[in-house]
Amino acid sequence: MVEFDVVELEPTDHPEAGEQAPDFTRPLVDGELWTDVSLSTLLDDGPLVLLFHPMDGAFPATYAWNEIRERGWTDEIAVVGLSISTPYEHKRLIQERGVDARLFSDPGNGVAEQYDIVNDLDGMAGVSEPRPAAFVVDADGTIRYAWVAEEWPSFPDYDAIEAAIDEL
Amino acid sequence: MSTTRSTATETTEPLVLYRLQACPFCERVVRRLDELDIDYESRFVEALHSERDAVKRACGKRTVPAVVDPNTGVTMAESANIVEYLDGTYGERA
Repeated sequence: MVEFDVVELEPTDHPEAGEQAPDFTRPLVDGELWTDVSLSTLLDDGPLVLLFHPMDGAFPATYAWNEIRERGWTDEIAVVGLSISTPYEHKRLIQERGVDARLFSDPGNGVAEQYDIVNDLDGMAGVSEPRPAAFVVDADGTIRYAWVAEEWPSFPDYDAIEAAIDEL
Repeated sequence: MSTTRSTATETTEPLVLYRLQACPFCERVVRRLDELDIDYESRFVEALHSERDAVKRACGKRTVPAVVDPNTGVTMAESANIVEYLDGTYGERA
């Protein structure tokens, strides 16, 4: 394995398992259009996985959606992504990568602030995005599994998320 | 605002507006919806007509603006037609 530098991130006060997932409203993008939707509205249809990922086009975003597609999560549960990319970029990602999920667009990074998972990007002045993070949320809005990156770069533990989905 | 007006607003389901960002014809419809205090949900599509199958499914054509009114069952395209429809249906509900 090639040695590379990993940046340690400061601890945060992000929501933990057992807590209520903070509600928010942002444009939610599918392969065709976008419209303002709240997390609580999505939860009306049942539990979901909320995945915060780096901006579309960055390889971790591509990897995440490829992995989720291969694992077939969306056959079992709603999976929604969130990045700072615009709705136009989300549409491209969905179409080009065959993403079977909907993506929240949050260029202002306000949801990451609400969840206390802001990641200021080194070398991109004025740009911040969410830390990689994953939350499995039950239909009542209670977080059943929470993972927030403690170093950068880092990747979700897909097996752990899958176990949390199975326990719902 | 009269009492009748606010009652009408409360019992009205939001209209669905298919729109393109920065499209003046869409903005015209938005302005009238706001003037008439009509609740609506924006669904944004893209400039390429080939990318607008959702609009075609809902309204029969790929042009925007297009409006779906769940209260009357009306679907309609063309901003002038829409504005006229909004005025006729919601303009005098006070």
